[in-house]
Amino acid sequence: MKKLMTGNEAIAYGAYLSGVRVGAAYPGTPSTEIMDNFSRYPGVHAEWSPNEKVAMDVGIGAAYAGTRALVSMKHVGVNVAADSLFYVSYTGLKGGLVLVSADDPGMHSSQNEQDNRKYARFAKLPMLEPSDSEEAKQFVGIALEISEAFDTPVMLRTVTRISHSSSPVELSEEEPPGAPPEPPLYERNPGKFVMVPAYARQRHPVVEEKIKKLAEYAETLAINRIEPGDDTLGIVTAGSVYQYAREVFPQATFLKLGMVYPLPEKLIREFASRVKTVLVIEELDPFFEEQIRLMGIEARGKDIFPMIGEFSPTLIRQCATAAGIIKETPAQAEAAAAVPAPVELPIRPPILCPGCGHRGLFHVLREAGVLVLGDIGCYTLGSAPPLSAMHTCGCMGASIGVAHGVAKAGVKDRVVAVIGDSTFFHSGFHPLINVLYNESNVTVIITDNSVTAMTGHQQHPGTGITLQKKKTAAVDLEKLVRSIGFSQVDVCDPYNIDNLAKVLEEHLSSSQPSVIIAKRPCVLYTREKSTPPTVDPDACVNCGVCLELGCPPLMQAEDHVTIDPILCNGCGLCIQVCSSEAISR
Amino acid sequence: MKKVDILMAGVGGQGTILASNILSEVGLELGYDVKKAEVHGMAQRGGTVESHVRWGEKVYSPVIEQGEVDILLGFEMLESGRWSAYLKKDAVIIINRYRIPPPAVNLGKARYPSEEEIESTLKSGSQNILWINATEIAKELGNPAMVGVVLLGVLSKHLGGAEDVWLGVIKRMVPPKFQELNTKAFLAGRQI
Ligand SMILES: Cc1ncc(C[n+]2csc(CCOP(=O)(O)OP(=O)(O)O)c2C)c(N)n1
Repeated sequence: MKKLMTGNEAIAYGAYLSGVRVGAAYPGTPSTEIMDNFSRYPGVHAEWSPNEKVAMDVGIGAAYAGTRALVSMKHVGVNVAADSLFYVSYTGLKGGLVLVSADDPGMHSSQNEQDNRKYARFAKLPMLEPSDSEEAKQFVGIALEISEAFDTPVMLRTVTRISHSSSPVELSEEEPPGAPPEPPLYERNPGKFVMVPAYARQRHPVVEEKIKKLAEYAETLAINRIEPGDDTLGIVTAGSVYQYAREVFPQATFLKLGMVYPLPEKLIREFASRVKTVLVIEELDPFFEEQIRLMGIEARGKDIFPMIGEFSPTLIRQCATAAGIIKETPAQAEAAAAVPAPVELPIRPPILCPGCGHRGLFHVLREAGVLVLGDIGCYTLGSAPPLSAMHTCGCMGASIGVAHGVAKAGVKDRVVAVIGDSTFFHSGFHPLINVLYNESNVTVIITDNSVTAMTGHQQHPGTGITLQKKKTAAVDLEKLVRSIGFSQVDVCDPYNIDNLAKVLEEHLSSSQPSVIIAKRPCVLYTREKSTPPTVDPDACVNCGVCLELGCPPLMQAEDHVTIDPILCNGCGLCIQVCSSEAISR
Repeated sequence: MKKVDILMAGVGGQGTILASNILSEVGLELGYDVKKAEVHGMAQRGGTVESHVRWGEKVYSPVIEQGEVDILLGFEMLESGRWSAYLKKDAVIIINRYRIPPPAVNLGKARYPSEEEIESTLKSGSQNILWINATEIAKELGNPAMVGVVLLGVLSKHLGGAEDVWLGVIKRMVPPKFQELNTKAFLAGRQI
């Protein structure tokens, strides 16, 4: 029987079938649904760790104990987890360990489009890359076998179009292996697991040997396969790009790589000898191309296809046509010639939801005219017009450290850091201690909507609920911040604009570092809604102040503003900002 | 087995994901190979959303190529207007007559295009345009969130497949307390 699954669902299913018992992750698009789905299988422990490094260490611990483990994160999460990834490459493990890196070419929901295939080469460990959901399921099992056979963590790389695309997956008739009858026996072996220099020096040659053996193994691995076709063109590719290329070059010979590192040199040589031209089609960096060239094989690739952005069948066809590799069909020529009527279609960027508590905060910050060093989450949308009240956003947890640095540089501006609750638990704590320790008068605002909203409402250490929906200890932000030594701490409701503005002014005028917790649960999560207000068209002077909130239901009509009751959440911010009292419930 | 490529365009929060899930399951039930692509995350916050659903004997890419769309299902007028380059010459275009102005329009910094303008840009792709008041119909049924299922009802007439198959999938995919409403919405669309 077949079932439609996204790549993420299939990875979770594959992990369950392969007897993975411990899963750890921090949410991040496009990886999030992997752990979400895995957590629903019986007999497993699955958790949202506070950040990716913690998740990685949790997976490593389970694998050290001899239990199969799955760790998943988005591509930039691997940057956070990298320190751990590098040591576990040296130590190896006992139970299989798979790290899923979900890359995001095209940056649908990310701050960069780094190519994480390079991590495999950098950390010296094998990497597999599936090209649909069925492969996603199977490759988890293969990765775990390789992990145990070669004593190494294995990375499984997906991209947005694998993680978030659905295709049929064969359901297994067999039951997954049950829990072991005895608790796992932890074997103490300091020479292998204590990476002090003396032991680490002994491990490095083992790592180099491991990669050599894996390269030999790659020659025989069935997921690296030649698909015979016309011998004029031989295409080397992997993952989602394989699917696009198959559409555009139905006749070509393919070398489809399931293991993208280390590469099977003999197989590549044999493939190259069979075809007239070797064409490497890969998204982002010339990862295969450079290695193939190093083998002394002539290949084309990045002279034809871009290093930037996401690929698609359309893009591959356009590039290949421009390079003269394929000819344009008459239908295509005709379609290309059909110029659409020149109509301006305004863009539609993402925007804070109606009723979002972040809106009140950014309204207040804009009015105060402060410099806002920001962070990543829904609240980053406060940087967009008309709110335009966030001035930096680099990576998770950067806000507070950057604000401290800006303050230390001695700028005239009043400096505020804005960070979400989940982001604070991820990586906000250490820079916050630094503000105290190294003394700057930065005001840190934690936007506490009591959930990880951006990635689809995951729990975190402040919510008191686990991924598997059990009640647990909740870290109280206010108590935490006070306990480390902040004395000026206020908790405010960002729906109450006047009060928040007053508190902000108090904090900015004091000379000590301080924290404001702007607390208002995410309305998309609580699904709470109040009565939408209406505009009295006669009282409305059309000043546009309410429109400056950038709230979707507020719309410009002929000579006044209207509110769409379907879209409106009834938060009442517009009532507060209207100076002619034209908006009421 | 003829391949069918369907593109859904709308605004985050309009229910394109449920609709594309239903459409994919129906394809599988009718014996097709099926692939579906969509993007979650940031884009859902009131931004542009697109869903690709492909039925065929054997489907490789989950993303549809330009010039290959057989049916464009537009949940919102402006979003529908963006896809003319993707349409096959005889593509069927089904558009919900409903506007969600983007921020720049609300602020008076851009103009929302007229129905005629959207038609004229789409017509460079295909002449075959069907306007549906799906949001109105959904509102009359008591829940504007039913737009997607109303549109699926319209789509079902063009795609074939027995009514039972469609309704069976819908019932399976929505919570029990919404089954009746969804059935009504689907049939209302199918009658158009
Ligand atoms: C290292 C890293 N991990 C994960 C992400 C994905 N991500 C972006 S914002 C965010 C969390 C936002 O939650 P919160 O701080 O509570 O803000 P909210 O969206 O709820 O306003 C996540 C997980 C990322 N960009 N970088």
